[in-house]
Amino acid sequence: MSIETIDADEVPIEEVLGSAVKRREDPSLITGRAEYTDDIQRPNMLHMAATRSPYGHAKVGDIDTSEAEAMDGVEAVFTAADFDVPGEIPVGWLLESLRTPPHPILASERVRYQGDAVAVVVADSRAVAADAAQAVDVEYEQLDAVTSPGDALAEGAPTLHDEDDGNVAFEWELGDAEKTSAAFEDADEIVDIDLVNQLLISNPMEPRATVAEYDAGSDDLRVHMTSQNPHLHRLLMSGVIDHPEQKLHVRAPDVGGGFGAKIHHYADEALTALCARELERPVKWVATRTEGFQTDAPGRGHETSARMALDADGHITGFEVDTKANLGAYLSTFAPAVPTYLYGTLLSGQYDIPAIHVEVTGAFTNVPPVDAYRGAGRPEASYLVERIVTQAARQIGEDPAEFRRKNFVDSDDFPYQTEVAVEYDSGDYEKTLDAALDAIDYDAFREEQELAREDGKYLGIGLSAYIEACGLAPSELAGQLGAQAGLWESSLVRVHQSGTVTAYVGTSGHGQGHATTFSQIVADELGIPYDDVEIVEGDTDEVPQGMGTYGSRSAAVGGSALVESARKIVEKSREIVAHQLEADAEDVEFDHGTFHVAGAPEQSVGIQEVAGAAYLAHDLPDDMEPGLEATSFYDPDNFVFPFGLHAAIVSVDPDSGEIEVERYVAVDDVGNQINPKIVEGQIHGGVAQGIGQALYEGAQYDENGTLLTGSLQDYTVPKAEQIPELETESTVTPCPHNPLGVKGVGEAGTIAAPQAVVNAVTDALQPFGVDDIEMPLTEERVWRAVEEAK
Amino acid sequence: MAEHDITLTVNGEDHELTVESRTLLVHALRDELGYTGPNVGCESTLCGACTVHVDGDAAKSCTLLAVQADGKEITTVEGLAEGRDLHPIQESFQEEHGLQCGYCTPGMIMTTKQLLEENPDPSREEIREALEGNLCRCTGYQNIVNAVESAAGKLRGAQAHGD
Ligand code: FES
Ligand code: FES
Repeated sequence: MSIETIDADEVPIEEVLGSAVKRREDPSLITGRAEYTDDIQRPNMLHMAATRSPYGHAKVGDIDTSEAEAMDGVEAVFTAADFDVPGEIPVGWLLESLRTPPHPILASERVRYQGDAVAVVVADSRAVAADAAQAVDVEYEQLDAVTSPGDALAEGAPTLHDEDDGNVAFEWELGDAEKTSAAFEDADEIVDIDLVNQLLISNPMEPRATVAEYDAGSDDLRVHMTSQNPHLHRLLMSGVIDHPEQKLHVRAPDVGGGFGAKIHHYADEALTALCARELERPVKWVATRTEGFQTDAPGRGHETSARMALDADGHITGFEVDTKANLGAYLSTFAPAVPTYLYGTLLSGQYDIPAIHVEVTGAFTNVPPVDAYRGAGRPEASYLVERIVTQAARQIGEDPAEFRRKNFVDSDDFPYQTEVAVEYDSGDYEKTLDAALDAIDYDAFREEQELAREDGKYLGIGLSAYIEACGLAPSELAGQLGAQAGLWESSLVRVHQSGTVTAYVGTSGHGQGHATTFSQIVADELGIPYDDVEIVEGDTDEVPQGMGTYGSRSAAVGGSALVESARKIVEKSREIVAHQLEADAEDVEFDHGTFHVAGAPEQSVGIQEVAGAAYLAHDLPDDMEPGLEATSFYDPDNFVFPFGLHAAIVSVDPDSGEIEVERYVAVDDVGNQINPKIVEGQIHGGVAQGIGQALYEGAQYDENGTLLTGSLQDYTVPKAEQIPELETESTVTPCPHNPLGVKGVGEAGTIAAPQAVVNAVTDALQPFGVDDIEMPLTEERVWRAVEEAK
Repeated sequence: MAEHDITLTVNGEDHELTVESRTLLVHALRDELGYTGPNVGCESTLCGACTVHVDGDAAKSCTLLAVQADGKEITTVEGLAEGRDLHPIQESFQEEHGLQCGYCTPGMIMTTKQLLEENPDPSREEIREALEGNLCRCTGYQNIVNAVESAAGKLRGAQAHGD
């Protein structure tokens, strides 16, 4: 059932969009020729390393750098006092009640998480820099620490910033409180749930890294870095280090995975750039895996109590949610958006719920600044909704599949306005449910489950009817909600005189195969051979403007920007052809690369020939500029809303707590697919991360704020043996409001998978009355849950 | 720090270099000799991104000191393709979409090479087991397993044809 790839030159132009063409990025990646940031070498280059707090929370006294400075090969040691720049990381999303305590790039009086940097050392080798960073002698006075949002908001908790305000970073609500409480008054049944969505560490396989080069003559500062959004990094960094934006050049070379961790602006990248400018020499910084664990923005970190109201027929009538969200020690770039607008707005799930109210309190804690991790807010929403819906079905004794079907937004009801501020674009939820139930043979499974139970074997099935919102938009709305950035995407499509094309786009891929899929889009729009199209992204010097790659926005927003530019080119070409053929532009038809006058197909002109004419400029319409290129800034009308139904079948051994995922079926609807093989790969990878959350992953801290899961030995990034064989299928419900009809796929699997697995395990353990186990579902937790329920 | 003069034969080419006692093989290969195929993901034997072959056996180059590799034959992923002709394992990784960001891929390919030398017809479980020391955060492994299976088929076919 796996999709076969095909060579692009075997695909006719009319079919290039939608075909599983092999990725053009692969040859360099599989031969070792790729260039990741750490592969960059420069003559005379120095290496930076940071002195980081070993404590979760401490006062900082004297910082003695003399021993480090005296070491052979050490070029300089810097502390906060040495840099005369703003040196504070800004917040990119504001909420009305938001507190924004200072977030310095180097801590001076107080460290607030383990890994908070107090000094940086620059030396002539990586090893010497690391040694010297250790040799910086810092006086600490340890303070009480708090790492969970619930504890941080409790009376008497140690406070991180201004004592008077406790650890509250913001209080936020959405939905209609009155209508919702009325729904509960009239309810026939009320379902309660308390759950934790644990803190996760994203762990891209390539650690964050930066190489910065400074040219004092021109004042140009060139920064190569592990970035998902170079233009945004350029903007933020220019403020932090006080360098003019037009003289700051940010480039993402090959990037070894991001998952959110490489969106945000961190101190380390800014410090590398500062050191390079200060010393006027190239400087490289590469995080170790340990530093990644301590400083990459973790994600999730919710503690939630929620209730759902049902009427006598088992229809959902109200949903009330109270969430405490972990924000870590300081506010990271998009931190305030994640547990609010990216979370609260998806609490209707796939269901028609007439009254919803959500309150979220953000808490400062002694963990690294928390931000978006694959899915960002939407997995937390989907996990909650799908857990409580499962619980609701159990409570009223209804089949979980039928309970869902009954409460789904009907396929005729799109666009559908939820009670939590968003309008779903298109959907057909029953279709993915039916496809998944079919694939799994649901009825047969229920019989098998019964029989197995009689033999003392515990099988369970878990359903996850997820929805996500991606391609965040439009900019005006985002602005009203607090975004300090636009959410458009920009492209420049340039047809060269010979007819080949270079297309520049403001997204920035890091494993998603953009060079392939974007070429498919441009080739299709212009009717130019796929191999004649080159894609450029990830470099602020080459790409005019951009917002980057996150939130599954690249195809829906970046792809659409490419379409718009390509269409402008077709329109200009049409004018040229009309002029040359002495016809009206309206009468000139365009079909996969050739123009002809309506009714006279024998006289046709190829778009690549038109390009030649556009540059020769010997015979163009009056007032037309020569050349053939176009720029667009595409601002979407709405989010896109992919959806699907994932189902897991597990067997659980109640005596040992061991879980085996026996089957995993994913039916996803991500709208039109540009390249089905890449779609499949994204689903696989996402599901693996979701299963990782369900079964293995979680950041754990002790009471001092020391990270107990600070290495790959203690924090389980799942291995090949720990991920089951995945069965994938898809349905296609095009997005009605973008020119490609695409939705988004990067995060779907991660959003869908955790609750499929947890619902399956609790289904298996129904004979023991176990409804609830916290992720990750370790053997011990499962065993305990069974023992306690007995 | 003591320094040592050593010789490494990498992909058939001899290199003489001077390293510190503590220099890891992966840093000697990457920083001194410019072989950027082996990637550093953890420096602690856990991720496998740095896997190379040392005298024909797959080894994590972050766990060997450069001096321990003195006089040995090293193969990195750069040494597999013949000119523009990809090695069948590399071909299969592309055909089966066995990579996304590619950071784990050189290590995956080198581990696969060893596996298929020892077991030309592994089951899917055996493949998953063999990849135990190589982490991939992007692919969910399924297409990697497909790639290894397909490469095994190609290599067996090549052997059956005696070429
Ligand atoms: S870098 Fe060698 S195993 Fe991770
Ligand atoms: S392809 Fe990215 S880590 Fe494997």
